[in-house]
Formats: sequence, C-alpha cells, structure tokens
Amino acid sequence: MTASDEAVSVRLGPVDQIPVGEGRAFLVGDEPVAVFRPRSGGLYALRAICPHRGGPLADGLLDGEVVMCPLHNHRFELASGSCVSGGDVDDVAAYSAEDDDGELVVSLVAP
Amino acid sequence: MTALAEPEQQTDGGSRAKLVVVGNGMSGARALEEILARGGSELFDITVFGDEPYGNYNRILLSEVLANAAGEAVDNEDADGFDDDELFLNPVDWYTDNGITLHAGVRIVRIDRHAKVVMGDDGSVTGYDTLVLATGSRSFFPPMDGMWASKTDLTPGVFGFRSLDDANGMLEHVADARTAVVIGGGLLGLEAAAGLQAHGLAVHVVHPTEVLMNQQLEASASKVLRSKLEDMGMHMHLGVKTSEILVTDGAVSGVRFTDGSDLDCDMVVVTAGIRPNIGLAVLSGLETQRAIVVDDRMRSVDDDDIFVVGECAQHRGEVYGVVGPLWEQAAVLADVITGADPDAAYHGSRLTTKLKVAGVDVAQMGVKTPERESDEFVQFSETGRGVYQTVIIRDGTLIGATLVGDVSKVAALTQAFDSRSALPEERVKLLFDLGSADDSASAADLPDDTQICNCNGVSKGDLVGCVHDGAETVSACMDATRAGKGCGSCKGLVREVVEAALGGAGAEDPADSYYVPGIPLDKPTLMQEIRAQELKSVSAVFAALAPEGRDDVASKMGLTALLRMMWPDDYVDERDGRFINDRVHANIQRDGTFSVVPRMSGGVTSPDQLRRIADVADKHDIPMVKLTGGQRIDLLGVPKEKLQEVWADLEMPSGWAYGKSFRTVKTCVGTDFCRFGLGDSTRLGIDIEERFKGIEGPAKMKLAVSGCPRNCAESMVKDVGIVAVEGGQWQIYVGGAAGATIRKGDILATVDSHDAAVQLTGRFLQYYREHANWLERTYDFVPRMGLDYLIGVIVDDTEGIAAELDERMQAAVDAYVDPWAADQDEATPGQFHDALPLIPLPQVPVRSSEGAPA
Ligand code: SRM
Ligand SMILES: Cc1cc2nc3c(=O)[nH]c(=O)nc-3n(C[C@H](O)[C@H](O)[C@H](O)COP(=O)(O)OP(=O)(O)OC[C@H]3O[C@@H](n4cnc5c(N)ncnc54)[C@H](O)[C@@H]3O)c2cc1C
Ligand code: SF4
Ligand code: FES
Repeated sequence: MTASDEAVSVRLGPVDQIPVGEGRAFLVGDEPVAVFRPRSGGLYALRAICPHRGGPLADGLLDGEVVMCPLHNHRFELASGSCVSGGDVDDVAAYSAEDDDGELVVSLVAP
Repeated sequence: MTALAEPEQQTDGGSRAKLVVVGNGMSGARALEEILARGGSELFDITVFGDEPYGNYNRILLSEVLANAAGEAVDNEDADGFDDDELFLNPVDWYTDNGITLHAGVRIVRIDRHAKVVMGDDGSVTGYDTLVLATGSRSFFPPMDGMWASKTDLTPGVFGFRSLDDANGMLEHVADARTAVVIGGGLLGLEAAAGLQAHGLAVHVVHPTEVLMNQQLEASASKVLRSKLEDMGMHMHLGVKTSEILVTDGAVSGVRFTDGSDLDCDMVVVTAGIRPNIGLAVLSGLETQRAIVVDDRMRSVDDDDIFVVGECAQHRGEVYGVVGPLWEQAAVLADVITGADPDAAYHGSRLTTKLKVAGVDVAQMGVKTPERESDEFVQFSETGRGVYQTVIIRDGTLIGATLVGDVSKVAALTQAFDSRSALPEERVKLLFDLGSADDSASAADLPDDTQICNCNGVSKGDLVGCVHDGAETVSACMDATRAGKGCGSCKGLVREVVEAALGGAGAEDPADSYYVPGIPLDKPTLMQEIRAQELKSVSAVFAALAPEGRDDVASKMGLTALLRMMWPDDYVDERDGRFINDRVHANIQRDGTFSVVPRMSGGVTSPDQLRRIADVADKHDIPMVKLTGGQRIDLLGVPKEKLQEVWADLEMPSGWAYGKSFRTVKTCVGTDFCRFGLGDSTRLGIDIEERFKGIEGPAKMKLAVSGCPRNCAESMVKDVGIVAVEGGQWQIYVGGAAGATIRKGDILATVDSHDAAVQLTGRFLQYYREHANWLERTYDFVPRMGLDYLIGVIVDDTEGIAAELDERMQAAVDAYVDPWAADQDEATPGQFHDALPLIPLPQVPVRSSEGAPA
C-alpha cells in the first residue's frame, strides 16, 4: 500500500454514479476501493475486498454505519473499516472519500 | 376353514402382479399396511393366508386380555371384558375395503418356487409373483412326560401363551382352577403369571436359573424385580427345572421338579421360549439357520421373489422377538416391493425394551453388563423402593442401560443411546438430571469444547464466554460468535447453551419476536403499521418505525420482501433495499461472478432451448454448465457486466434461483409416458410454476408434483408437494423439507381436480407469505401454526378469508414481470458494473472498470 506522504488521490468522476444507499468499486492506483453513499449522507471508502474470503464489498447492503459483505454477512464500519460482526475477521482498510462539488475524490489515506 | 373376506373383483385380467402374504400376524399385517401406503393396491392383487381364524390382532395385548377379563365368562368368539376394537388391528372389513383377499384359517403347507405357487391345507393352490413370509413364531414346549394328550393336543390344563386361542383357552379354564404353575420366568411367563394372579389363582413360577428375565436383565436387576414380585404374592422356584407334568384322569394335577419334589396344581402355562416358524421355508429349500436368512432388502438369500419379515426372519445373525424391529423391517420390505425406494435397506435394530412386567416398570437397552475393563458402569439401587438402575458407557457413549421400578429417565436415555450423543461428565446425571423438565440441565452438562455451531466452528465455551463478557441475550451471543448464522440448524442448541449460562432466567429476548432485527415489532404489528401509515418503501418504514428512524442493514432484505408482498402494484422500489442477488437477478458466487438459471417450468425443455443454451455457453465462455438439483440448467461464472447480454442471448425467462421466492416445481413424467402414472403431473407442475413463478416470500418455496405414490419428484419433502392418487385425485403435502432439515410434509388436502390443486397451492402460499417470519421455511411454519389449524383456514375456510387469500395471490400473479426482460436497461447507474473479481486471493487481478482511471 502506498505511504501516506505520497498518498494517491484520484478524481473519479461524478458522485451520482453511485446510487444513493449503494456502493461502487473503483481502482485508485493499484488499490481496489469500494465507495459507499449511505442514505443518511456522507461518502465512505473501504478497500473493496472483504478480508474474510475476498467478497466484493461494493456489492454489499449498507446502512448509515456498516456495510455487510454479500458472501458471508460480515459487517464492517464504513467510517473505520473495523469488523463488527464477531468471529476472527480482520478489519478492512478505510480511506478518505470526498464530494468535491459533485465530484468524487478518493485518497489512499485514513479518513 | 373358509375364507372370511373376499373382495368382488378377484383378478383384473392379470394386469397387476400377484402378491401373496403367508402369515397374518403383527408383521405380516404391518407389511401390508406399509405396502398399501405406498400405492400397493394399484400394483398388486393381494392375497393373505393366516392360519388363525381371525383378522389381524395385536398380540402384545394378549397379556391384557388375560388379565383384564378377570372373573368374566369368555366364549371363543370374542374376549369379553376387553375391547375388541382395541385388540383387532385390522378387522375383516379392512381387507375387503382394501381389495385384499384374506384366507383366515388356511395354513400354507408348501411353496413350489418353480411354479411360483403356494399350497394351502384346504387344497388350494395360489400363484404369486412376489411372496412374503411372515409366519412368526410359536411357543416352544420342552419335551417332558405329561405335556401332550395326543400328537397334536396338549394335556387339558396345559397351555402355551402365544395366540388369542391360547388366551381364551386359559380364560375358560381359570374359573375352576386354584393353582397355576408357569414354566419359564421370562417376560412372557411373568406376564402370564400376573394375568393369572389377577384371576385369584395362586401362581408359581419355575425358572431354571436364579435370574428372572435373563434375556433382558442381569442378576442384580433381576433380584430387585424378583423381590417386588414376591411382595405381590408370587411364588418363585428358581434354579430348578420341571421334569414332568403330573396327570390325573386325563388332566393336569401337578408338576414334578428335577429335584424329585412335587407341586399340586390344576393348570400349567408353558412359556419356555419361542421358536420361529420355519418349517415351510425349510421344506421349500430356503436357507434357514435359527430363522429364515434374509439380506438387507428383507429378501430370502435364495430367492429374489420371496421376502421375509418378522420373528421368522434372521437378519445379519439376529432374530428379533419384539415388535420395534419388525416395524422397521416392514417399512423396508414395502419400499423395496413397491419400488417406492428399491434401494431401501434394513441395517438391524438397536433394541430398547420398555415393559411393565406384572405391574413393575422395566426398561432395558443395549448391553446388560460392562464387557470391557474400560467400560464405565454406573449403578444405583434402592431395594426398599424396588428401584434399580444401571448405565454402561464406552468411550463416552451410552451403550447400555437397565431400569427397574423407576423408568422416568428412559426417554432421555433412549435418546442418548440412539443418537450416541455426548453425555454429561458427571455420569450419575444420566439417572438423575438428564431429561428432567429443566432442559437447561443437559446443555449445562456439555463439555466446554463441544462444537455447537458446525458452520462457524463455535464451541460451547465460546458462547459461555460471551455471557461472561456481558452478553445478556441469545441473539447478542449469536451476533458476537456467529453461532447459528450458518445453516441455522444449531439454533435450538445455541439457545439452550446460552440460556443455561444465563442461569435460565433473564434470557427472554424481545428481539426474538421481531420480524427484522432493526424494527421492534412482530410481523402482524409491523404489517398493521405499514398498512395504516401506507409505508411503501424500505426507507419510509425505517423513518416511521425504527428507533430514531435509523436504517439497519440486516433488516433491508426482509422489509423489501414484505413490502413487495403487501403492495404488489405500488411498492416503491429502492434498489439499495435489495440484496445483490435481487439487484442483478442472479446468484453471487464465491469469486464475485454470478450464476444464471433460466426457468424451465416443470423441468421440461426442448432441443431448441438446449441448442440456445449451448450457443450462449460457447459464446460467453461460460466456465461451468450444470444440471441443478431443481431440474434445470445453471450457467455458472458469469461476470456481472455480462449478465444482460447473456439473458438477451438466452431469450428465456428468469428461474429466480437467487431469490427468497417461488423457485421451481420438480415434476415426473406422469401419465404422458410413465406406465404407472395416475395423474398428469408434468402438466400440473408446469401450470403451477407458470402461475406462481418468481412470487416472493419470507423464504424459498420449492414445489414438486408426482404422478403416482412412487413419488419420483420427491413431493413429500417439498414446501408444497402434490401426488396423484387413484381416482383422479391429488394429495397436497405441505411443510416438507430435504435440505438442512429433513421433514416429511403433512397432507393438507386431497382434491379432485387439477384446478383445485392449483388453487389450494396458491392459497397456502399466500397464507404462508402473509404469516411466516422472515426466512422461516414452511418446514418450521407448518408445525408452528399446526396442521389442523392450517387445514381449517386454507381448506375449510374457517376464518372466512379463503377468497381474500385467493384474490391477493391473484394480484401478485398479475403484477409479475420477468426481471431479466425488465432490467435489460440499467435500473440504477452502474447496476451491472464489476465490483472487482476476487479470486484467487490474495493476488486480485486488477481490471480497470468503468469510471476508474487506469
Ligand atoms: C445450484 C444449486 C446446487 C446445484 O448445483 O444443484 C443450489 C445452490 C445453492 N443453494 Fe441450494 N441449490 C440447489 C438446490 C437446492 C435444493 C434441492 C432442490 O431445490 O430441489 C435444496 C434442498 C431443498 C430446500 O430448499 O430445502 C437446497 C437447499 C439449500 C439450502 C438449505 C435451505 C434449508 O433451509 O434447508 C440453502 C441455504 C439457505 O437457503 O439458507 C441453499 C443455498 C444455496 C446457495 C444459494 C448458497 C448461497 O446462499 O449462496 C447456492 C447458490 C449457488 C448458485 O449460484 O445458484 N440451498 N438447494 C441448486 C439450484 C436448484 C435450482 O435449480 O434452483
Ligand atoms: C403375550 C405376548 C405379549 C407380548 N408383549 C410384547 C410387548 O410388550 N412388546 C413387544 O415388542 N412384543 C411383545 N410380544 C411379541 C410380539 O407379539 C411379537 O414379536 C410379534 O407378534 C411378532 O410378529 P410376527 O408377525 O413375526 O409373528 P406373529 O404375530 O406370531 O404372526 C405370525 C402369524 O403367522 C401365522 N402362520 C404361521 N405359519 C403359517 C403358515 N404356514 N400359513 C399361514 N399362517 C401361518 C401364525 O398363525 C400367526 O398368526 C408379545 C408376545 C406375546 C405372545
Ligand atoms: S451448492 Fe448448496 S450444498 Fe453445494 S456448497 Fe453451495 S450451498 Fe452448499
Ligand atoms: S467474504 Fe466477506 S464475509 Fe466472507
């Protein structure tokens, strides 16, 4: 992963390409990133790959706080990437995602 | 003797095979019942020979016949003082009603296996295609002077104890008798002794060893039983044998023992054992040892057309003398004979005996005494109260138990014995705690490292740890450990363990009744609120009903399904309320690709369809094409971006293999082609699938229609399963399952027409959609509601809602659109965009997806 001082930051196009309440996957440099747009507001970015068994987090259901992996229902906090569903699953990396005047900007730094 | 029952149509042009049963006792009759239950009357012309001049009766009740008729005059026709209805399992009418020819009082004396005929002692010759021997056993009379008056007749006053005639004979005799001697202190002897005592006779039991009931009991247990019986006034002569029956004026006057002493009596009952009736088989050249040797299909090892069941059968060296094993044998035999399950196999029975011997409760299972040095032996005796109990454990498994005087633990012990389940570490709890009303005791006794949830590898210790860490409810422990979140079959045990750890109290969890975890309402209340406030989208429900209006990820799928059911026409579709499968109408795979299962109603396809599927598989490089368990074809490994193209190329409707919805209707070929077909199962299956396709519900709905009771479409283990039966009727089963849970469906109704079957199916499904909890399959729903109740509501319309249910189902049917056709245009931006391929890990192949810079 890229060190924070030379953090990759990428403009990914209109925020609207992510439907409200869902997530979509992007590549940021070499890093697959899932960006979420919960109904309660805000934008959140997590590494797109579930630390459990590689599930596609961007396909998960979400609420204001967590995303649930579609493969085995582990849950990760949108803001921090911590796994909150018990069992021995690692946390997932969380990145910063911003809405810059309608444009989605993701940086590979902690939010 | 004459035939008592003969149905009108004897043969019908020889179209049905001839099934002959020899022996009309408990196992012969049971085998017949099992055969009929599998559609046997369609398959066979059935003829039964029994050399007792009755219909079929319950031999077990003879002890009661003997005891109950105490003091009453009895004629030969029926045993007064005892209810005939109870004694007779199948009266003569039953045979007529089922088209069975019964020759009661006819003894079969020879089988000609080459000509395939049986010959009766009345001179009759009867052909068979399949023969069942169920000749049972007879009393064994040890050779001794005075036993017999002639070659065939016992000395007046001497009795066996096997048949109704024996019991009636004794009953006639007891009026004038004062003292009886019972030869043989086994189960039967003690039963006879108790029966005779009830008639006021002085009863002496003679038994060659010190151990009464030595087949079932070891010495200490027997001693306890003995002293109880002696307390009741029975006289025991143990360790001696009878050498002679003394006869005066042609009738019994006493017995002489091997030690030379005499005992006066006016009645002798010989219960010195039984011998299987195998003479017929020996004469006919069938392999016999102690009894007729059979294979696992209950077939004679010499002749594929001859089956054997009951006490006259020897299976893997065992000959059984109680009815439990005979029932199991009869079921296997019927499966094989009718073809219901040609591969059915009998593997022998583990014997558990529970009896009341002369008023004393006795239960015995497995071994009687420890056999190896390492066997654990737990023993409890309280001679004052006449209680004696032992358990024997090998390698942590219960291998034997004996209970005398107090059998209150027999259920729990039987369960542990049958299931070989884990035992409490403190073995004595087997006798004192296990199976008591307080179930938590058994969960509490499990060792900490017992794996409770096999899907997620959660042990009892993990769950108990959660409670110690402060979890206060079952669901909190399940959330924290994921126990019960795999296949779900361990949920009951998880609950027990957690409740025990919580001390039984305080585990009451209101969340258990919620329809979805994020909204604190049960389903009926939730539906009321939704209706009252006209909430038509998932977000509206959260806003109105969730605490602080908070949305909840785990509640979304359930709410989406509920709203789609409640508002078939004007539900407000929010794609983020759907699980990924329902967003893209395909089932997500472990690598993030999807499976495509087109609908093939009733499992019927065509060359054209198959060609198209083949072309699509070629064109799109589909990695795997597979026949599914649901009678259709699965195209696996389709990337999300290609789904729309694949659907378009297939030109087939969605099979909904991804949804909590109506899935498939498995069918068999039915009348169109099958020579046994009684109903057009294919047509009915297709019609049902076309009508209810894709209807969503609380969980999957899988159906089947079979054309006859051979049930090739496995209808009895489906959410709704329909079976054609004789007379143009359809039997509708509900609540069957053969996935994580196995359950045989219950018969909801038998209907006369195709249309009625479709209608009741729809009405049941609608009721299920409206009343089942989220993810509650019919196998839980049906027993929870109760079959009688469901029959009331759905078939008899006791609540007057049948018409409304039909109407609402019709509305759902009318609102249906094929999602593959509807979503040919994206419903949301990036609906079919790649969420990144995920396997192999950890090297995720990086692909540039749209919207992302390279
Ligand atoms: C494809 C198929 C296996 C096959 O290759 O044959 C299959 C595949 C899956 N089954 Fe199944 N089941 C398939 C027939 C069955 C059957 C047999 C049948 O339908 O006749 C059963 C037993 C009947 C039943 O439903 O109980 C069955 C009982 C299950 C269960 C256990 C449900 C239960 O409560 O007992 C699950 C787990 C669940 O639903 O939570 C399950 C779950 C699954 C899932 C969806 C796993 C998952 O949660 O993602 C699998 C998805 C693979 C996919 O992409 O389609 N599958 N599954 C079969 C699809 C049939 C079809 O044409 O639609
Ligand atoms: C008094 C008593 C109490 C019992 N109590 C219990 C109990 O509590 N629990 C328990 O599990 N078991 C009990 N049993 C045992 C149980 O009744 C038998 O295991 C069971 O009846 C055996 O069934 P079967 O069909 O093999 O034999 P049977 O029931 O004996 O039937 C065989 C039939 O075949 C007929 N037959 C024989 N040869 C021919 C032929 N050549 N042609 C035509 N017909 C023929 C016989 O007349 C008989 O009617 C008890 C038995 C008795 C006698
Ligand atoms: S297809 Fe069914 S049985 Fe097979 S692995 Fe998947 S869920 Fe298990
Ligand atoms: S891969 Fe995400 S929960 Fe298993």
